[in-house]
Amino acid sequence: MFARWQPFFDRQAEMNRLHQEMNRLFGRFDPAWNVRPGSIESFPAFNLWEEDDRLCAEAELPGMDVSDLEIYVNGGNQLSIRGERKQTQCDSGTWHRQERGHGKFARLLDLPVEVDPEKVEASFQQGVLTLKMPKREEAKPRRIQVKSA
Amino acid sequence: MSSIVKQPSHTDGAAVERTQGGVVFQPRIDIVETADELTLCGDLPGVTSENLDIKFENRELVIQAKIDPAPDGRKLLVREYEVGDYYRVFTIGEEIDTDKISAELHDGVLVLHLPKNEAAKPKRIEVKTG
Repeated sequence: MFARWQPFFDRQAEMNRLHQEMNRLFGRFDPAWNVRPGSIESFPAFNLWEEDDRLCAEAELPGMDVSDLEIYVNGGNQLSIRGERKQTQCDSGTWHRQERGHGKFARLLDLPVEVDPEKVEASFQQGVLTLKMPKREEAKPRRIQVKSA
Repeated sequence: MSSIVKQPSHTDGAAVERTQGGVVFQPRIDIVETADELTLCGDLPGVTSENLDIKFENRELVIQAKIDPAPDGRKLLVREYEVGDYYRVFTIGEEIDTDKISAELHDGVLVLHLPKNEAAKPKRIEVKTG
């Protein structure tokens, strides 16, 4: 008789655990970051780091013409980059090997910190795009003074 | 970690022995052949001409580049690609005039011109009508 009876609280615990798992799966990870390298959604790959007063991002875009590149910062916390990498001109030759990609790309990324779109600076050197995005005043860390009694 | 512009170096015939640690990548390279030359275009983002070393020895063309490592103490939030040195080797056939090999580096793209020997250029045969 006792073997068949399922206590009520066991089933509830099981449902809670499942509920938490689903939350974790859909809430925690932003699919825009850390996508599979080499996949269509992941060009260009970004490295993002944080300094006290700004967010910096770097992406490798060798051979890009800057006029083919569009960078937007929307609302302080979204970075949008799109452009087209043109194939090197080669009309009369035969291709022996083609490893470099070309074509249109577009990526929309959520920034972990609010930045000020008016103050974003972008530079492009040796094929590396560097973005310096100063944080909004409210997002900067403020040191809390500890008063000793 | 493979990516659009470079791929990790494999330890096949061109094994890379390094005396210091660090990641090495094989830059992706396009090769096009025209009547006069072979053109190699490679993606080498972040490389300046001082750090680029191209050698031709024993019919092997060695492309090597160093990247300045990122300063320590950076608080990385997202890392989708790794940065490392570049290394790639090509064996060049006899049809190349090795004295006239030239290279340009612009916006992270290396363009290597390998002109062909006179003997290897295609010659058009004139057809005489009579």
